[in-house]
Amino acid sequence: MLSAADIDALWLTLKVASLATFILLLLGTPLAWWLVRTRFRWKSVCNALVALPLVLPPSVLGFYLLVLMSPNGVVGQLTTKLGIGTLPFTFAGLVVSSVLYSLPFVVQPLQTAFTAIGDAPLEAAATLRANPLDTFFTVVMPLSRFGFLTAAILGFTHTVGEFGVVLMVGGNIPERTRVVSVQIYNHVEAMEYSQAHGLAGGLLVFSFLVLLLLYSTLKTNSVAPLK
Amino acid sequence: MFFHRFIRLLTVIGLLTVSMISQAETTIVAVAANFTKPMTEIAELFEKKTGYSANLSFGASGKFVAQIENAAPFEVFLAADDKTTAKVAQDGFAVADSSFTYAIGKLVLWSATANLVDDKGEILSKGSFKHLALADPKLAPYGAAAVEVLKTKTLFDKLQPLFVQGENITQTYQFISTGNAELGFVALSQVINPDKSKIVNGSAWQVPENLYTPIKQNAVLLKKGEGNPAAPALIQFLKSPEAKAIISKYGYGLAN
Repeated sequence: MLSAADIDALWLTLKVASLATFILLLLGTPLAWWLVRTRFRWKSVCNALVALPLVLPPSVLGFYLLVLMSPNGVVGQLTTKLGIGTLPFTFAGLVVSSVLYSLPFVVQPLQTAFTAIGDAPLEAAATLRANPLDTFFTVVMPLSRFGFLTAAILGFTHTVGEFGVVLMVGGNIPERTRVVSVQIYNHVEAMEYSQAHGLAGGLLVFSFLVLLLLYSTLKTNSVAPLK
Repeated sequence: MFFHRFIRLLTVIGLLTVSMISQAETTIVAVAANFTKPMTEIAELFEKKTGYSANLSFGASGKFVAQIENAAPFEVFLAADDKTTAKVAQDGFAVADSSFTYAIGKLVLWSATANLVDDKGEILSKGSFKHLALADPKLAPYGAAAVEVLKTKTLFDKLQPLFVQGENITQTYQFISTGNAELGFVALSQVINPDKSKIVNGSAWQVPENLYTPIKQNAVLLKKGEGNPAAPALIQFLKSPEAKAIISKYGYGLAN
């Protein structure tokens, strides 16, 4: 039922989403921790910036990324100087865009989880002479494991569902930037409704199952998936 | 007293209804994205000349077909090709024999950089570029025409690895105008300056029309528009000399 091109698109989507989720957890964890603990004056500004991709239409985000990453754009000039070349139409460009697009979906659940821990466990750890890094890995991370689970799953599924941004910066190249949402859109545009149904139905079932898994795991825990 | 108020209320409702009916002489039109600028100008003139008005929606033709076949309120459909109008007619959503070619699209190889594209398109065989933008040939007639040109020049296999595909011709234009793709195939109507009737930005090769099948853009009167005099009036107006002048000013050819 699925054509070779559909399989390529699915495989590419999984690669982009996994890599983006991995990077998001690496970057999002310290960022979320900092946002929870800092007394920095401009904290609200940082929070607002992190939440921005939630409210921006993806096509707006995609358009600005396309302009910024172009040979004349700030980011594009930087990447060219670094010898990477420009990012649009590349796999790397897709991952970078996805990281920005899904940032709040990873940072916000982590913030919620970190806030829920409170000061007491940290102070207790400090009295036992644990250094901050020790405390983070042995106290904070185990206590906020459901926050990490939520963050990872939401980041991953949100990236799988990404469309507007990819459409703008991707260039629809088979095996490189043609992800599953774009492939579905192409099927619909070409009036190939049965192929579109096959892929879209699969994506729907997949997303539902992942979210079902998430919510049934969280049922007994008080961690909300989103702030 | 109460009865009088009731009568007054009825009168107000009646007047409102009448005013809504007279407003129904606006026709709702689905327009292919590449025809945005000329159609906006034509609609203004249409309102001035006929007293009817046209409410324009712009988008991809394939999407419009899906919407029309699922009861969208469009009354006139100006497509980017002749296949989508044929499909709508075949599926019974168009008034029989109302389809006609309102414009013929012209293909251009364009770059935002001056002097990059020579006026014979020889850059395609010299190939000192990393990306060649075109609209998805499966979805957009301008993309299919671009592929045809490359195949005629036996450059398709060599250049295919450099393809970046826009979902439609507007997005393709964006790839090139932002400099992300050095050059690409777009519609002449997108890069022409209508007041000067020539391309003023960047550099371009207007592809000879014998290298690709003519891009016939067809319009059709939809069944939803049958009862609204504004809809057939717009179809008629598209065939008028005034409308044709606007269409050719924007770099389209005319049928016949």
